[in-house]
Amino acid sequence: MSAGGPLYVPGGSPVHRLPPQCKLLAVLAFAIVVVATPREWFWAFGLYAGLLAAVAAVARIRPGHILRRMVIEVPFVLFAFLVPVVGTGERTVLLGLSLSVPGLWAAWNILAKATLGVTASILLASTTEPRDMLVGAQRLRVPDLLVQIAMFMLRYLDVIMDEMRRMRVARESRGFRARDVRHIPVIARSAGALFIRSYERGERVHLAMLSRGYAGRMPMTHAGPATAGQWGTALALPLAALAVFLSGLLPGSVL
Amino acid sequence: MHVPDGFFTAAVSISAGAVAAAGVAVCLRGARRELDDRTAPMAGLVAAFVFAVQMLNFPVAAGTSGHLLGGALAAILVGPYTGVLAIAVVLVVQALFFADGGLTALGVNIVLMGLVTVLVGWAVFRLVTRVAPGRGGVTAASFAAALLSVPASALVFTLLFWLGGTAPIEIGTVAAAMTGVHVLIGIGEGLITALTVGAVLAVRPDLVHGARGLARPLVLRDADGTGTVVQGAPEPTGTGARTGARTGARTGARTGAARPFVLAALGLTLLLAGVVSFFASPDPDGLESVAEEQGFLGQATDHLFGGWPLGDYGEVGGIPVGVAGVIGVALTLLVAAAVAYAARGRDRTKV
Repeated sequence: MSAGGPLYVPGGSPVHRLPPQCKLLAVLAFAIVVVATPREWFWAFGLYAGLLAAVAAVARIRPGHILRRMVIEVPFVLFAFLVPVVGTGERTVLLGLSLSVPGLWAAWNILAKATLGVTASILLASTTEPRDMLVGAQRLRVPDLLVQIAMFMLRYLDVIMDEMRRMRVARESRGFRARDVRHIPVIARSAGALFIRSYERGERVHLAMLSRGYAGRMPMTHAGPATAGQWGTALALPLAALAVFLSGLLPGSVL
Repeated sequence: MHVPDGFFTAAVSISAGAVAAAGVAVCLRGARRELDDRTAPMAGLVAAFVFAVQMLNFPVAAGTSGHLLGGALAAILVGPYTGVLAIAVVLVVQALFFADGGLTALGVNIVLMGLVTVLVGWAVFRLVTRVAPGRGGVTAASFAAALLSVPASALVFTLLFWLGGTAPIEIGTVAAAMTGVHVLIGIGEGLITALTVGAVLAVRPDLVHGARGLARPLVLRDADGTGTVVQGAPEPTGTGARTGARTGARTGARTGAARPFVLAALGLTLLLAGVVSFFASPDPDGLESVAEEQGFLGQATDHLFGGWPLGDYGEVGGIPVGVAGVIGVALTLLVAAAVAYAARGRDRTKV
């Protein structure tokens, strides 16, 4: 992860170059507009998807990259498929199954909005380096301490994961494989050892930082505030989504 | 179980976000007390640990495996404030860099997996350790805390889903199903948590925040063999920690008498509001007061939750009554805590 996030795709597109705080706010605003959209507006969700596709094209993110990452959604897709079966209310018969009509609406609602949200998040994570993202969060007045904690976590995540992997390799090279409940104590002892190592490393890191003059704040090395033009570019996405949403509210619209 | 976008209505997502922000703000203050000036590096490393441990799969039954939520474990090992912070940061990082969990659902996720698991876990842990002190007590308390924290989180999810979920599901059946499944998951979580805490206790008992009272008092012996017990070993102050005092020095039981009491009271209130009211006797007095409470609740929160369904459920009886009680308690506590923290003098010494 040191070379970027698990999703980060290096590039120099206009989307990559936007200040992170603008992108963060844009994605959040977009997600809120999507969540607030009534589920009956099929056309609106189509337009939202079109907007995201346009952003992906500008950012030169391949569709395969996004699709592969959408696996994260799978557990909730399963839940969404379950809702029409167990839901209450008026029922209809579809493909030989008795399904609840409000349940079907709910499943569509979850699927559409979750997919749009995940896609927007993937686009954000693919075009922004983790460190920049946290600097952006700092510029958005997220508490300093919280940003620092997240930075430390990101910086040492690899170290801790490597520690865990070494312990797993050590276990497996001695013929251990967790098969049933009786093996839980071994896993738990590994977790305990991992905690002690993480905690002691934290203490060492802290002392090392103190000896280098750390006084509770990290030096600010990031660029200045975003220009109005950059804000305008970034907010084009949520504003376009908002325009779609408002046009649905107009009397005599498609509905 | 990271909730994605679109699972909850915008109103619930935003209110949960406000609750999560308030909770994290409270914990930012509290964690400074738990960790002095080491907050940022220590909480960061603990967050990395939680993230790693969530990837540690353990076998549940033949063939299936589960992974830890880690809320109760973090609370017991590093204290509730740092625990909430670590889990909140893990969830933020997962949402921002792994696209795991929706951005609008971040508040819901922090409330469910951070605040609820840590609060319930820590409250149960304190209650059990008060009843059964000692090393065995800590292990048993860890088991109970982790076991209960998981179904509690599932129940709050069900509650939120009923308030602002987007699917028409019988609240009672969902609650029953969720609790059943999550009690099973909770047993696994409890086992792992108890054994992990036990393993840390065996090697570095001073690192287990929940077992601080267990450390043997410091006895000073002079030349002629008379020993004096040092009452309440001094906490390493800022400068002490700066010069690198290991946490081994932090043996003093810092917890004042107030906190366990508050937590016990909180747990009891929630229990009474949530569970006992299920079995409330059906005499008109009880019903009347409940109806009043519901009316009040509905009015008080109309601006927050557009489609507050409490009114519809007024006649249904049992479950919504308990649920309403819990909501009332939770809202009251949150508002009270927020006001109390806002009213306190702000600490100007920036760490």
